[in-house]
Amino acid sequence: MASQDIAESGRESPGVSFLYDPKIRGIFYQAVVFIAIITLIYWIVGNTVANLQRSNIASGFGFLKGRAGFDVSQSLVQYTSDSTYGRALYVGFLNTLYVAIIGIVTASILGFLIGIGRLSQNWLIRKICLVYVEVFRNIPPLLVIFFWYFGVLSVLPQARESLSLPFSSYLNNRGFSFPAPVWGHNAGLIGIALIVGLVLSFLVARWARKRQMATGQIFPVYRTAAALILGLPLLAFVVTGFPLSFDLPKLGTFNLSGGAQVKPEFLALYLALSFYTAAFIAETVRAGILGVNKGQTEASYALGLRPGQATRLVVIPQALRIIIPPLSSQYLNLTKNSSLAIAIGYPDLVAVGGTILNQTGQSIEVVGIWMVVYLGISLITSGLMNWFNAKMALVER
Amino acid sequence: MANPDLSLNLSFVRTEMAGATPPPRGERGLANWLRTNLFATPVDAALSIFAILLLVWFLPPIINWLFINAVWTGPDRSVCSTTVQGGIQPEGWSGACWAFVNAKFQQFLYGRYPFEERWRVDLVAALFVLLLIPLLIPKVPRKGLNAIVFFFIFPIVAFFLLVGGWFGLRYVETPLWGGLLVTLVLSFVGIAVSLPLGIVLALGRRSQLPVIKLLSVIFIEMVRGVPLVTVLFMASVMLPLFLPPGVTFDKLLRALIGVALFASAYMAEVVRGGLQAIPKGQYEGADSLGLNYWQKTSLIVLPQALKLVIPGIVNTFIGLFKDTSLVYIIGMFDLLGIVRQNFADANWSSPQTPATGLIFAGFVFWIFCFSMSRYSIFMERRLDTSHKK
Repeated sequence: MASQDIAESGRESPGVSFLYDPKIRGIFYQAVVFIAIITLIYWIVGNTVANLQRSNIASGFGFLKGRAGFDVSQSLVQYTSDSTYGRALYVGFLNTLYVAIIGIVTASILGFLIGIGRLSQNWLIRKICLVYVEVFRNIPPLLVIFFWYFGVLSVLPQARESLSLPFSSYLNNRGFSFPAPVWGHNAGLIGIALIVGLVLSFLVARWARKRQMATGQIFPVYRTAAALILGLPLLAFVVTGFPLSFDLPKLGTFNLSGGAQVKPEFLALYLALSFYTAAFIAETVRAGILGVNKGQTEASYALGLRPGQATRLVVIPQALRIIIPPLSSQYLNLTKNSSLAIAIGYPDLVAVGGTILNQTGQSIEVVGIWMVVYLGISLITSGLMNWFNAKMALVER
Repeated sequence: MANPDLSLNLSFVRTEMAGATPPPRGERGLANWLRTNLFATPVDAALSIFAILLLVWFLPPIINWLFINAVWTGPDRSVCSTTVQGGIQPEGWSGACWAFVNAKFQQFLYGRYPFEERWRVDLVAALFVLLLIPLLIPKVPRKGLNAIVFFFIFPIVAFFLLVGGWFGLRYVETPLWGGLLVTLVLSFVGIAVSLPLGIVLALGRRSQLPVIKLLSVIFIEMVRGVPLVTVLFMASVMLPLFLPPGVTFDKLLRALIGVALFASAYMAEVVRGGLQAIPKGQYEGADSLGLNYWQKTSLIVLPQALKLVIPGIVNTFIGLFKDTSLVYIIGMFDLLGIVRQNFADANWSSPQTPATGLIFAGFVFWIFCFSMSRYSIFMERRLDTSHKK
């Protein structure tokens, strides 16, 4: 309605054709684009339907209930070749999440260390960190994955000549074997103790902050929390009578038996993603710390804070505000890069989907599932990060 | 009242500045540098010693492997394997197999491009370098003409030269292409398409027109939310489905479309950052001068916005260049793919071959990406007209 009114008023003014009314033009352009897109979609859908009919592929998600018939080399849940395609995709999805989460944790630790190292007073540390960042930022992630997989892990000795590492773990071309913990009777209590410790530390932290706000007295929160989180499970461990034994891998004539094993595909992908993303996280962290005004540090010294306190209470909270948005996009990049797993055969969502795509020809459905899953992960991660960001953001009056 | 005789009474008046004295002995020289840079505090000293130990532990074996123990020439895998593995090296030997890179070097550059036609690739490469270098050096005049030739005429010439089939040149189908040739073709086209497309998408996202804005947002967020692998799969598996039956598409072209669309979504976000950083007064000033939308955008807004985001644009280029390696997954052989394919070659397979080939490929990628990032820093400093410091 409003646009019509303006359009009419435009027409009334002498000597100006309605062709020159920006509103009318805007509507016209939008209509053209809209019709063009609709026509394109109509054309694509028509072609696709015709193509699918010609090659006798039934569209729809019915194929998910079919028998997969292929094996998956590593799975976090029960899976056999008799399971359904849907189950196989679920296994792939869990594998994606698994490598992404572990990779994110490692890359964050490594990235923060290197980022801080780049700002170190120490010349040698600074240069080493610089070389690390410049090397890994400028080579493709796929190359790093290949390097770990083909260059390092697959040229390791065979199982009977496994390299012995400390804590009776072994490394060979079939992966990394290490003692598997076997929890005995009543071990659940230790977990409960850990949760109780976490909850108690949280409560103590809240109480301490309230008290500090009210009275100014400082309570040693970190030490108390460490004692609670470590001490309570340890106490439970002692009380329940040490219910933990280890299943050690044993070196046989041809093979290793027992213990837990990490497959080289997982190891290569995990190491490559962590090393690669750490370089980017390091740059993010460095930029964040440099982004905090020097006056902030100086002012906190003037208030009498010690350097450690100034860093912890003044610099880091402000740096985090700068770091968090790019950091979340690095996490997403790592998750998306985990799809490179298909190149070395780690069964992630894309690799499993690719197998299914080849077997059934349901390309639209499989690509659709990929897109929905990755978009979902992206949206959830950015939602969480936005929430955290809003919590950390500068509160202005 | 100044006494004119006073100056005569003074025994000495210095007329020039005294020369600066050198810093005290403790504040200069190697010892001081070491103290301030490596051993300033006990923690620092411990870190330095740790780092030195790390370097002593790692560097000599790496240098040994890369250069001293390395094999530089040889006919086949025997020079790079130990006697047990069927070669001539003593037991326990380990070193880079540069002989492999040496033997396969031509393949790494051209893929399976026919031997007698390789001069065409060389010619295109020479033209590329000849046109690119004056474009990159700020002092060389006629930038506009150079850019037009580089971005519009050169691709056409390169297309006819590389594909052939015209003017008596033999037709070379794209499955024969490979190696660095494919990497560079993919990145050049990706860059040349993604920058303008990205700018259009960014303008679309900032547009007042709801339909255009919505379409841009959907495209950008969809593409940015999924991995490139899925986009490439889409381009290689689903694109043929979208076309009328019987119409086939070149595989390289499909990969090109996937890579270019993917990069343009990222480019759009970078450019949008620049557009948002331009103060509102610039837009209003342009409006008050009576400029229309396209004049305002191309003469006032974009020159400032693009200058602001040069680092971001170059980062996207670097990302695109690295991402071209992913076409290996849909069965094409770019530089990384061809290296990967060649170390499965029975003639050369040895435990040292994969690492050597990958280090070579990594080095080539690194050179390209690193020089791009250095050039972007150089341009950023040159174009910096701000007065902050």
